[in-house]
Amino acid sequence: MPQMNLVQAVNSALRTEMRNDEDVIVLGEDVGKVGGVFRVTQGLFDEFGDDRVIDTPLAEGGIIGTAIGMALYGLRPVPEIQFSDFIFPAFDQIVSEAAKFRYRSGGEYTVPMVIRTPVGGGIRGGHYHSQSPESLFIHTAGLKVVCPSNPYDAKGLLLSAIRDDDPVLFFEPKRVYRAVKMDVPEDEYTIPIGKAKVVREGEDVTVVGWGAMLFEALASADEVAEEGVSAEVIDLRTLWPVDIDTIVESVKKTGRLVIVHEAPKACGFGAELLSLVTEKAFVHLEAPPVRVTGWDTPFPYTLEMEYLPLQHRITPALLETAKYIP
Amino acid sequence: MQTEQVVPIRTPESSFDDEVVTVIGPDGKVRPEADPKLPVEQVLDLYKAMVRTRIIDTQLERLQRQGRIGFHIGSLGEEACIIGSAAAMRPQDWIFPCYREFGALLWRGFPLQSYVDNMFGNAEDVVMGRQMPDHYSGKKYNFGSVSSPIGTQMTQAVGFGWAAKKKGTDTVVSVYFGEGATSSNDFHTGMNFAGVMDAPVIFLCRNNRWAISVPSEKQTASKTFADKGVAYGVPAVRVDGNDFLATYAVVRECVEKSAKGEGPFLVEMLTYRVGGHSTSDDPRAYRASDEVDSWRQTDPLVRGRKHLDTLDAWSDAEDEAFRKDTEAELKACIAAAEEKPKPALSTMFEGVYDETPWHLKEQQEQCENGPRAKEHH
Repeated sequence: MPQMNLVQAVNSALRTEMRNDEDVIVLGEDVGKVGGVFRVTQGLFDEFGDDRVIDTPLAEGGIIGTAIGMALYGLRPVPEIQFSDFIFPAFDQIVSEAAKFRYRSGGEYTVPMVIRTPVGGGIRGGHYHSQSPESLFIHTAGLKVVCPSNPYDAKGLLLSAIRDDDPVLFFEPKRVYRAVKMDVPEDEYTIPIGKAKVVREGEDVTVVGWGAMLFEALASADEVAEEGVSAEVIDLRTLWPVDIDTIVESVKKTGRLVIVHEAPKACGFGAELLSLVTEKAFVHLEAPPVRVTGWDTPFPYTLEMEYLPLQHRITPALLETAKYIP
Repeated sequence: MQTEQVVPIRTPESSFDDEVVTVIGPDGKVRPEADPKLPVEQVLDLYKAMVRTRIIDTQLERLQRQGRIGFHIGSLGEEACIIGSAAAMRPQDWIFPCYREFGALLWRGFPLQSYVDNMFGNAEDVVMGRQMPDHYSGKKYNFGSVSSPIGTQMTQAVGFGWAAKKKGTDTVVSVYFGEGATSSNDFHTGMNFAGVMDAPVIFLCRNNRWAISVPSEKQTASKTFADKGVAYGVPAVRVDGNDFLATYAVVRECVEKSAKGEGPFLVEMLTYRVGGHSTSDDPRAYRASDEVDSWRQTDPLVRGRKHLDTLDAWSDAEDEAFRKDTEAELKACIAAAEEKPKPALSTMFEGVYDETPWHLKEQQEQCENGPRAKEHH
């Protein structure tokens, strides 16, 4: 089985589905000849041509609006937004249009579209190449939001997303793009949207993360194990609709919860997760749930490793939560 | 002191200033060289559709004033550009609406009862009462779905038209918007993408002079709205939008060219919004009544009627009978719509996604067991 990094796995998913289904269209800035600034779409232009891999003018609102039109016609567009920090000119088209077509038209129209976009920091990109805007889209009725942490999940989730009849935001953790290699089948396989994965079992504390922070959570789990704390690590994979059952089941076992995300704390997705767990497992909680997140500041350049909720911040949170005595 | 200009800075001059296509003169007679030469029955159909639109507008405004519907956004004075352009589309073509073109929807065959159901947001409303009145959807009639943002339909029309062309069809898409929407980013990206992608799209700008309270001269420093086509390499034309035959002729020509792959077009249709922006607006607060009165002189229905007289195709008695029949039909639809129940509570939660996820099922259950559930079926 070939070893792939996340860039290659996403590329493999796109290539697979473009071969399967001629209605799948890739469009965006620089996605054609050069294969995208991260080379995720490399080679697709040569294989499928310029009317299936389209270099668009530089306007995110135009990319998404045009992709919506294609989807309304019956195609399955996969637009790329070069960095998720640049998604905001398209916000209106995503939240007021793509997300609402099915509902507002009484089911006459649907928008089967996957918006791929690199997310997150740690690549020396500064404020405009590092943000994590997922909660803005989770807050919007009608969207699904996916964020794989590794190459294998990325391929399987992207194939599911393209075949899904609802619009999907597909956040690719750019810090992981070339950092991890693993076995990824050449053949097609899917991973269902809406299913989290317990990637490490434990007894004392549950830690929920996704994307690049999953690896930080796993490193912290290893670290606290040396101090006799057994952490259960959940990779959310799909952020919305969230697999709340997997989280609640784990919290019922451990009684303790730590949520990790790069996005700022205020109204970050951790706030919603914490509320849901409190609603559904209040009596099982043995310690105050904790969020380890980006600060409520703009994303900084020089001090980005002090902004991110990395292992050095997750480990003490796990220890404190696991050892908390009311 | 005069200096010689070294840097070739150009002050833009309008390419369109004096060019406005008209067919029907003030006397009702056509300019033969521009006349689309439609069969008399079709001319009559267009005229009747304009009259029907006017009657419906008038009645719905009254219903809103009576508090029986919450809202209406009408097209008083703009009937010719809406019906003329809709009629120019072939059956296989698609229409992406703004929110002021219910006349085009009905022209496409959408049942009047369904439209009135939408006005009431009742259980038989095609969009299940999920949107305000006049936010319908007409997929079966090759007609898009209305949203309130003014320009978002434009880039969508480009993608839709491009997809139709890629699939090997000769489908053309028309997309409506007001002149105010030419200031929105979707107009600029839509025109730009359409030009670059050779999309078979007709951009139909209803220049009705007013964007709520802002007059068209405050919307742009361009001499005309058609001028905006130049920057995007999109051929453009201005037409007398109160002349249904001129509008038909111009849009039809654009459709035929687009169907042959000759690209997108921008049509500026000159008209006037005689009514308020919507029933929520009182234009007396910002414009003089004599301005409105002067535009009433160019009423597209009056001009249309004069033209019918030149054809000897329509009598006063026929006109009166048609109006009475239309009013009766509408009255019956309103009575029926008013009797229909509200949409079921479940429709609030269904259709957000293809399959209803757990959190919506949970909330639906809370709502359906809530204190006001009994008032709903």
